[in-house]
Amino acid sequence: MENPPSPTQASAADIAPLETGDDETWDLIIRPKSGWLELHLEDLWRYRDLLWMFVRRDFVAQYKQTILGPLWFLIQPLLTTLTFTIIFSGVAKLSTDGLPPLLFYLAGTAPWNYFATCVTKTSTTFVTNANLFGKVYFPRLVTPISIVISTLIQFAIQFALLLGTLIWYLAKGEPITPHWTGIALMSPLLIVMMAALGLGVGIIVSALTTKYRDLSFLVTFGIQLAMYATPVVYPLSSVPERYRSWMELNPMTPVIEAYRAVYLGVGAFDWGSLTYSAGFTLATLLVGIIIFNRVEKTFVDTV
Amino acid sequence: MPSDTVISVRNLSKLYRLGEVSTGVLAHDLNRWWHRFRGKEDPYTRLGAVNDRTAKASSDYVWALRDTSFDVRRGEVLGVIGKNGAGKSTLLKLLSRVTSPTGGEIKVRGRIAALLEVGTGFHPELTGRENIFLNGAILGMRKPEIVRRLDEIVEFSGCERYVDTPVKRYSSGMYVRLAFAVAAHLDPDILIVDEVLAVGDAEFQQRCIGKMKDVAATSGRTVIFVSHNLSAVQSLCNSVIRMQEGTLVSATRDVQTEINLYLSNAQRGNSHFPKRLSAEITLDALKVSPGQVASRSRAEITVSLETSVATRMTDACILIYDAKGTRVAILDGRETGLAPMRLAAGRTDLVFDIATANLVPGTYNLGLYFHSGLTNVNLTDLMEMTVLETSALGVPTYPAEHRGFALLDFKTRWQTPDSAPPTASA
Repeated sequence: MENPPSPTQASAADIAPLETGDDETWDLIIRPKSGWLELHLEDLWRYRDLLWMFVRRDFVAQYKQTILGPLWFLIQPLLTTLTFTIIFSGVAKLSTDGLPPLLFYLAGTAPWNYFATCVTKTSTTFVTNANLFGKVYFPRLVTPISIVISTLIQFAIQFALLLGTLIWYLAKGEPITPHWTGIALMSPLLIVMMAALGLGVGIIVSALTTKYRDLSFLVTFGIQLAMYATPVVYPLSSVPERYRSWMELNPMTPVIEAYRAVYLGVGAFDWGSLTYSAGFTLATLLVGIIIFNRVEKTFVDTV
Repeated sequence: MPSDTVISVRNLSKLYRLGEVSTGVLAHDLNRWWHRFRGKEDPYTRLGAVNDRTAKASSDYVWALRDTSFDVRRGEVLGVIGKNGAGKSTLLKLLSRVTSPTGGEIKVRGRIAALLEVGTGFHPELTGRENIFLNGAILGMRKPEIVRRLDEIVEFSGCERYVDTPVKRYSSGMYVRLAFAVAAHLDPDILIVDEVLAVGDAEFQQRCIGKMKDVAATSGRTVIFVSHNLSAVQSLCNSVIRMQEGTLVSATRDVQTEINLYLSNAQRGNSHFPKRLSAEITLDALKVSPGQVASRSRAEITVSLETSVATRMTDACILIYDAKGTRVAILDGRETGLAPMRLAAGRTDLVFDIATANLVPGTYNLGLYFHSGLTNVNLTDLMEMTVLETSALGVPTYPAEHRGFALLDFKTRWQTPDSAPPTASA
């Protein structure tokens, strides 16, 4: 690829004496290429009000004119879980680690749905906001972060559904052993990990889709397939030994397993794989933010 | 030493790639790599790559803006003029940080904000109040700031009763008023207005210009205004920069000087003269003098013809069209005895002397209807003629867009049933 011609140094007649003040007195300096790690994350903090406005908008806009409103958040996972119960447990007779299938699938789909929604929604950031991005500046990262946060509301409702079902089964005397302290301590960590991973994957895809629109098809399709590569509808313990190490390379595997471990007392919870998952998440997020920052600077020129 | 300079632009350049570097579809790119890998020709560049060898390296890229340097001082109302593609909009995009430069730098003191197209970022499902907050936040306002000005914004918009109704139920007029109210209360130190953004909404455009006047009148505010509407630039701006092919070409900041230079360039640029009307007759030039016609003053349009043989001209009319293509006037040479006339071989100048150009300020297109024994042509869009405001009236006039087509010469007097009408005009 040839290099662009460099701008000539001879400038058109400079008008007036141009000031050569030092940089400190300026509020804003716009320069072409910043380093890979110049991410201007402090800008994000300045625009935190916008972040909350976006979260609110996403939530209100999504359910304002539906008959059932936020109830959809309940109906969706309930129907999915029922389907899973019938097909995977009833027909295919997959193991649920000795748990009631309904509970088992709820504990898997609630976190998985959150992750999947984060990825699919953030992956279209640039394409769906092209019009707005082309007109006004704000840190573009505000948009995907707001999506990750507004999706939390969906997760919270599904989470409540899980807790409700869990309590109902406990009251019925099912032999389930949830770790209540584990739930209190681990939940925030696991949520942050899923949000970060979903955000990271989503913004990488969103940056790439500015160039390749067809990648977005791959995402919707890929995320469906990825569910089967993650122990959502089956426990990790039922996976044959020789495939298991491959499964554990999937950063979502330890997260889902940890969920089941603290909520339902079954599953392979171990700090080692969770640390691997956290490391993977951080790396993905960092790469994502860097790519996203590169793309946001020139995105308007290419769309 | 607090400096007066609020924007400093140094060697600013922006390079655009012409055409798609990527095909936009992953499969195509993979296919291209595969072809290249096997040493074959790229399957997607054959189309249209005609002058491959001669111009490829230089034609893949274009400098939308090149080595532009200037300063803007506090309180300056700076007009940016230039033809389409001169780099005006690119400059604004760089200033408002929508895209980043290829070279050079911009330094800014204070908050910079742009007046956007009506309702950018509005969400139809949200209420008026929610949209005020959303829109304000998008434009860079902090929440306490919006809360403080909320009542003012609501009152200004005149939508008090509907402030808790989703904006999708608003009439388009209310929508515009609300959107504008937010923008009007933004109070940036530097306001950027791109006229192009406001096209199609006359009311919004008017308000933008009104707001600009307000902002400019408040001391310490700076406005950058990009427009094709020279009369607007003339009446609003106290300095002007002129751009051409991506660089700054103005040597001064003087409004009148730069507008004159722009017009003389525009005239030269627009001409495809000499223009052949027939085998025997050529239209050598069409000229308007003065280069910028002042409204309600004298103007001369000269048609220069070159004929190889003598011919009898039966019609010669100048046609004047407004920017939208509506014919505004016709100067029929037959009415003044110009036609019919025998044209001798050689050069003939037909001069149309307009005593008072009763035209509303704006840009007009000139056409020519010419009929002789040898040719019969009806040419439109030969040249642009710009009519500027005269300040001789001494009263503020309505904006050009609201003044219709014609300026009529009129007098007024007053009378009551009891008094005999005064004879003198008021």
